[in-house]
Amino acid sequence: MAADPTAATRPESAPAPARVLEAEGLVKRYGEREALRGVSLSAGRGELVTVIGPNGAGKTTLLTILAGIVAPDAGRVSPGPREVGWVPQQPALYGKLTVAENLRLFARLERCSEPEATVERMLALTGLGDRAGDQVVKLSGGNRQRVNIAIGLLGQQSVLLLDEPSASLDPRQRERLWEFVLGLAEAGTAVVLSTHNIQEAERHADRVLVLADGELLFTGSPRRLKEAVGQEGDEGLEEAFVAFLHARGH
Amino acid sequence: MRWLLLKDLRLLRRSPLLVTLLVLYPIVIAVLIGFALSRGPDKPQVAFANLVPESASQLDLGGERLDTSRQADVLFRAIDPVIVKSRAEAVRKVRDGDVLGAIVIPEDTTQKLQSGLDPATIEVFYNAEDPIKSGYVRDTIKSQVADANNALTKRLAKVALGFLDLIATGGQYNFLGRQFDVLGLERSERILKEARSELPAGSPARAQIDQVMRFATLARTNLDLSDDVLASVGTPIRVRQVQLDGAATPLSSFSVAIAVSVSIMFITLLLAAGALALEREENAFLRLVRGLVSRTGLLLEKAGLAAVSALAVSLVMLAGLGLFVDLQWDRFHLWVAGLAAAALAFAAMGLAIGALTKEVRSASLLCVMLSLPLAFLALVPSGSVSPVLYDAVQVVSAVFPFKPTLEAIDAALNDSRSIVGPLLHLAALFCAFGVASRLALRRFA
Repeated sequence: MAADPTAATRPESAPAPARVLEAEGLVKRYGEREALRGVSLSAGRGELVTVIGPNGAGKTTLLTILAGIVAPDAGRVSPGPREVGWVPQQPALYGKLTVAENLRLFARLERCSEPEATVERMLALTGLGDRAGDQVVKLSGGNRQRVNIAIGLLGQQSVLLLDEPSASLDPRQRERLWEFVLGLAEAGTAVVLSTHNIQEAERHADRVLVLADGELLFTGSPRRLKEAVGQEGDEGLEEAFVAFLHARGH
Repeated sequence: MRWLLLKDLRLLRRSPLLVTLLVLYPIVIAVLIGFALSRGPDKPQVAFANLVPESASQLDLGGERLDTSRQADVLFRAIDPVIVKSRAEAVRKVRDGDVLGAIVIPEDTTQKLQSGLDPATIEVFYNAEDPIKSGYVRDTIKSQVADANNALTKRLAKVALGFLDLIATGGQYNFLGRQFDVLGLERSERILKEARSELPAGSPARAQIDQVMRFATLARTNLDLSDDVLASVGTPIRVRQVQLDGAATPLSSFSVAIAVSVSIMFITLLLAAGALALEREENAFLRLVRGLVSRTGLLLEKAGLAAVSALAVSLVMLAGLGLFVDLQWDRFHLWVAGLAAAALAFAAMGLAIGALTKEVRSASLLCVMLSLPLAFLALVPSGSVSPVLYDAVQVVSAVFPFKPTLEAIDAALNDSRSIVGPLLHLAALFCAFGVASRLALRRFA
């Protein structure tokens, strides 16, 4: 939680971090409809990659394939699901268990060597030590999402996938969520998250992936996306994103 | 899997309403059924007017006196009598709804019975406000009157037999306080035989006496046969019952088997379906099956939780019912076998339902909507519907666990049949529903 939420994204001149996540040629079909069409991506250690795109673009499908929940019809993903942390869009927690009990249960299921120490560490990381004995159902949406993310981190994987983590959170809760996520990235975790909030992507992402109709249209920094549509000055990434989609016929 | 099981038990502990229902349900069912079996139906209130004067209540049947007023005691065992003094009062009580029916014994009842010429007629009035109760009153009174008719017929037959015996063998007969000596056919025959022996050989009277003796012998022999005829008149139709198929289970014990089957069905289905649906409702399912627990392992854990819980609750229920109904405790191991097999089969069916639904509420609703008609179908007796429909009912019942559960529990409790068949049937259903739930998880989860 120590990261400054207003911190600038990684300088583009910085050396490329070691890749910890790679996916090549991912294809997924649901009947006649192609949800993903040959998508390839990678993420390096400590890198924060955001996947943006209109509704139905295939963002959630991409993340569930990266997480190993859904098998692709073609393509490959590395590493395997046990080595990737996954945080679903809706908190996947047991409402009638306390914060600590949820963490303890999943720590044991993850076969952590020292479950109690892991729970303590996660409580400290989420800043929810004082709420450890509260049932999850009594927590605010933001705090639930923190526990949700903490469970995704229990296995101490080097990659964390988050599916629209800030959806349904108020601005204050979003702020606290980003503090948390940036702290993880700073600590070396590769974070790949999907979002509808383009401003957040512009503000925090090292790289954005633009997905539309299952096709990966762009990979690069937010600044490069602006450049791709000839945007200059103070206009935001959202305008550049919309213009980019228009230019590509979406 | 151990941690998941502990988690589910903790969730159950934190759902006091659900646990209370799970514990109270079998207790309440056991107590209700126990009372129903041990008390029987309430007696209907029926007005009773006996208009026969006290002085005329005695009936003389062949010298034997019968007090007709005491015959009502038999009827009072089946009804709750409200004694009234007149026919009008009896009718009014029925009209006012104070009683469900009324029985009026007219003044001339004993006279008619005594004369034997006209049958005595008693009057019965019904209140048909409640069709079920009025039907019960009608059937009760009809049955009691049939019993009274039967008893009187037997008495009359007995008297007639006495007369016939007197004619056949002779003896003393009392009429209006005076004793008469009746010769009878047997003694007549003896006297004739002696008289014949005193006649000279070749006397023409001998041939006439022989003719009379042959008649006396024939008449006596036929009168001896009349015992059986009169006995048949007293009970013209007798019933010889031969059981061809099915179990010789007392009604009370079969009711226990039904009650336990219904309880284990609901508890197991709701727990298994609810526990699986909860994983999806809490969004934890995908997180779990991402390498933490296999889908099959998850299904086995839920099946075990539901089956063990339902087994424990069912045994508590049986122990409760044992307070009211004689149960064969030496067959306890078979109870456990039958209940465990039933619980596992229902658990697998519950998992299939839970795998189709994403919420606990939907799962619970689907469980109730599916299980109630299936249980009802399994109880449809043969002959109550057309043969084709009954065959269809049998097929549907065989595909779901209620009928084999009922058969297994009945066999375990009452030794009514071999338990092996129902156990194998339940095992097959466990496997089939297990596969179905695994496929449903793959398709819908």
